[in-house]
Amino acid sequence: MNTQLVVELTVFALAVFLGFELISKVPTMLHTPLMSGTNAIHGIVLIGAMLIVGTADSTLEKAFGFVAVVFGTINIVGGFLVTDRMLEMFKQRQPDQDEADRKP
Amino acid sequence: MSRTWIDFAYLVAAICLVLGIKRLSHPRTARSGNWIAAVGMAIAVGFTFAIKEIDTYWLMLAGILVGTVVGVASARMVRMTAIPQMVALFNGVGGGAAALIAAAEFHRLAPESGALDTDHLVGILFSALVGSVSFWGSLVAFGKLQDLVPGRPIVFPAQNLINAVLGLTLLGAIALTATTEDGLWLGVLMVGAVVLGVLFVLPIGGADMPVVISLLNAFTGLAAASTGFVLDNTALIIGGTLVGASGTLLTIKMGQAMGRPLRQTLFGAFGAAPAGAAVAAAAVDGDGSVRTASTDDIAFMLAYARRVVFVPGYGLAVAQAQHDVRNLGELLEGKGVDVRYAIHPVAGRMPGHMNVLLAEANVPYDELFEMEQINPEFPQTDVVVVVGANDVVNPAARNQPGNPIYGMPILDVDKAHNVVVIKRSLSPGFAGVDNPLFYDPKTVMLFDDAKAALEKLIGSLKAV
Repeated sequence: MNTQLVVELTVFALAVFLGFELISKVPTMLHTPLMSGTNAIHGIVLIGAMLIVGTADSTLEKAFGFVAVVFGTINIVGGFLVTDRMLEMFKQRQPDQDEADRKP
Repeated sequence: MSRTWIDFAYLVAAICLVLGIKRLSHPRTARSGNWIAAVGMAIAVGFTFAIKEIDTYWLMLAGILVGTVVGVASARMVRMTAIPQMVALFNGVGGGAAALIAAAEFHRLAPESGALDTDHLVGILFSALVGSVSFWGSLVAFGKLQDLVPGRPIVFPAQNLINAVLGLTLLGAIALTATTEDGLWLGVLMVGAVVLGVLFVLPIGGADMPVVISLLNAFTGLAAASTGFVLDNTALIIGGTLVGASGTLLTIKMGQAMGRPLRQTLFGAFGAAPAGAAVAAAAVDGDGSVRTASTDDIAFMLAYARRVVFVPGYGLAVAQAQHDVRNLGELLEGKGVDVRYAIHPVAGRMPGHMNVLLAEANVPYDELFEMEQINPEFPQTDVVVVVGANDVVNPAARNQPGNPIYGMPILDVDKAHNVVVIKRSLSPGFAGVDNPLFYDPKTVMLFDDAKAALEKLIGSLKAV
């Protein structure tokens, strides 16, 4: 056990609670876009893939790192774009949603 | 650039991600939330280039270029109805990336004795296992949604024995990787994870795929967070953990919206499926005949009804018939019929699918009714027109314990006086179970593509 690990565990524990709190109230019709949006966010593994491929010494590390960079980028770029396409469809529903909010 | 500034940039990125998720959970702010999260991601990735340990850039840039081209092309070209399986694929590659990172880092650290301390080893094992499971599970989910793999729950004989052997193999591989620090055993672990991922998703029915994808999404988040522990990178820990936690809660909420506890979704097929098939078969045997009618007869029935409720489903989405259903509805209103639309929360292949389609066709908002509002109204409804929906109106969910979809809340259309089902064939729906509604004496089947059928009905109605 070292200080760095404790700091990382602290960040982890707080992020767990924050993640739960953030979506405590979400309407059903946003379930799919929210899933897709958070799906794009775990594309942050790209950072890890960049670190691997940027510091790789052996061919195997380079190969794995390269594929991981491609995968991570697809995850991010595709994820955010497809979420935006989904949410674009809700645009026309904005006035309706206001109406729904006013209803008891 | 010093590491401090990079870590500061990661903090800014993390705040963007948090705000993004927060805004994504409200209808009015969802779209901007998605972009705020994307900006956060761009900051995190951009500042990673400045980390001074990185000495080769060309391979990284090439990978990002390839990934961007593939990502943009697939997100732009995918049809709206195929978006859920696209999300499954994007999720899968994220999990695959986490597993590859773990394997590469193991390869780098393992040869130097003592370089691999316990916390990094635990992180590597977790990312490798969970990332691979997510990758392969997502591929099977994609296959099911794309009809490459049968959508019905698939169960094998001796499945429990296979699962037990698999579990022991995985545990053994974990123990041996940790003690021998030999890459061979990490390889065994990752191959075992392939089998686990496939066996995990195969027994789950197609209708439950959105929930499964959401769960695998949470898995990938945790695998990503775990690579953060391996590489000592806080941005990875925060980003991954946020998705792991919110994804888990979202999975539970989706299950609740479908009226299916997670345990039933994931393990419901074990033992229950054969019984369900028998029950469904019995229901069909009871009265194997279906009634059909001409569009003229149906148009006549609609024209003289006091209240007509339309129930749109996936068939409407596939046929792009939302404008036709609105035209038919307006025509009926012109004849003094009380027209309503009943929206099941999970009709179509993603929650909210039908709201979106009907909104696009400018169906008045006050004619859209949620399941809870409309269900008490069906006994006073003269005609229900089911347009390409199946599982969400299957009475077996209400009265056949043991049926795979038993317990899912449905639209009680069988309580209306008459039911018209527009459907291309009698084939079972997404969940792979038969629908007794089609054999109900008060049901009339109209076998046709949703768009063609509605156009014919409009033609017939104008002649009435």
